[in-house]
Amino acid sequence: MGRLSVELCGIELDNPVIPASGTFGYGYEFAELYDIDLLGTFSFKGTTREPRFGNPTPRIADCTAGMLNSVGLQNPGVERVIDTELPKLARCFHKPVMANVSGFSVEDYAYTCEKLDREPQVGWLEVNISCPNVHGGGMSFGTEPAQAASVVRAVKAVTTKPVIIKLTPNVTDIVSVAKACADAGADGISLINTLLGMRIDLKTRKPILANTMGGFSGPAVFPVALRMVYQVAHAVTIPVVGMGGVSSAEDVLEMLMAGASAVEVGAANLVDPYACYTIIHELPAAMDRYGIHELKEIYGGKQHG
Amino acid sequence: MKDSLFTISEQRQLTESVFEMKLTGDTSAITRPGQFVNLRLDGLYLRRPISVCNLEGNRLTLVYKVVGKGTAQLSKLQPGQQLPVLTGLGNGYDTALSGARPLLIGGGVGVPPLYLLAKHLRAEDKQVCVILGFNTASELFYLQEFKALGCEVRVTTVDGSLGVKGFVTDALPERYTHVYTCGPEPMLKAVYRSIQSGGSFSFEKRMGCGFGACMGCSCKTITGYKRICKEGPVLQKEEILWED
Repeated sequence: MGRLSVELCGIELDNPVIPASGTFGYGYEFAELYDIDLLGTFSFKGTTREPRFGNPTPRIADCTAGMLNSVGLQNPGVERVIDTELPKLARCFHKPVMANVSGFSVEDYAYTCEKLDREPQVGWLEVNISCPNVHGGGMSFGTEPAQAASVVRAVKAVTTKPVIIKLTPNVTDIVSVAKACADAGADGISLINTLLGMRIDLKTRKPILANTMGGFSGPAVFPVALRMVYQVAHAVTIPVVGMGGVSSAEDVLEMLMAGASAVEVGAANLVDPYACYTIIHELPAAMDRYGIHELKEIYGGKQHG
Repeated sequence: MKDSLFTISEQRQLTESVFEMKLTGDTSAITRPGQFVNLRLDGLYLRRPISVCNLEGNRLTLVYKVVGKGTAQLSKLQPGQQLPVLTGLGNGYDTALSGARPLLIGGGVGVPPLYLLAKHLRAEDKQVCVILGFNTASELFYLQEFKALGCEVRVTTVDGSLGVKGFVTDALPERYTHVYTCGPEPMLKAVYRSIQSGGSFSFEKRMGCGFGACMGCSCKTITGYKRICKEGPVLQKEEILWED
């Protein structure tokens, strides 16, 4: 095992760098630029039971040190992901991949996860519980511990693969949601999803996003993300995947020291398609600068004991 | 697609708000007229997409209008400065559709990508007619450049200060084999309704990445969902679904 290797829910990763869902498609756009097998893994585009176009455009707004998106989970639906996208993905990526799943009811989540459970290349299911529960009054599953736990139980019942629950930061008490997921049997927690934000176009005096609000991501959110990763990692015993504004090898080390076992990189891929490539290549030198011989010395916040 | 560093060689102001910038760098990923590049600017998070106006070997010409923070910053850059540029983005125009008498229709800052297209079509010995539409005479640019390529050029202005008074659709020639167009969406819609031939329409949308990863610029078409940055920006007339 190399000095960059880490372990996530029983699966060894060559390095902790994971492009985040929604910023890496199904990998092949990036495979035009570099050999994506150098990644630890990647989390593919959020998949739902039915095909979705997503929200109206504009869906993107630029911000200081970040961006807003209101894409709204555009994806071809789980059947086509399995029939069309995964075979294409398999041609450019040869490691276990993280399948990102979203849903609008507990049944949706279970249905989609059960389908993806049968795919041999899927190593982990990353279950995004930031979506509104259409049967539960529209509140996001991830904002209420009992609702979050119900998704975890439903998904765990249909898969033997590790289930990582992706949490929204738009809550009062992230620790209680994380604990509820861990108690319900989740194998890991990933966080943070985007922070709810908005921008107004001064010329039109209207919101830039057609959806009015959207998810804020990019370097500006890094300290918020790091704080939440730290809080959750110190409250649960399952592995935590840290993300939110990660843009450099130093950011990766910081996330690992905060308690993450692996690190996702999101918005950075969109402004620099080589972001993950560069981070992975710069990790050894960054480790040398801070006297880290192997990432296993620090990951999972090991220095905290 | 390629990500590389370009060096600015020239920057000149064409009108009150339109600038022409020449850069040198690795242009090998640019395969068709109508494609765009995505520029990374200091202090701005997202890149800024700009259509390719001309290409001569490793020299790239961009003509852009200052509309916001990014383009304002771009207009202040000096020769010698370097920019990270993603090149070879988007599908671009297909010259094989042109027929013998292609008609090119550009509105305002939609004019620039038509220049490289006109150059390619003229090199293929096509009889090219170009309609350049502006609000007023002072906004005009690239008239001589299109004439120098041997195109028939018609100018329209909304206020009648130059050329035909009215819109680009008021200056349509009698005979043409295919329309290539780029401009504001209301103009594209008017062109769509007015033309008798097939057409290649170039669209603009707010983009995240510019290379197909984020799904920020998706649109619905008759042939399914498309990403303006990847399966676009050029859509064929028969596949366009207008949003309203």
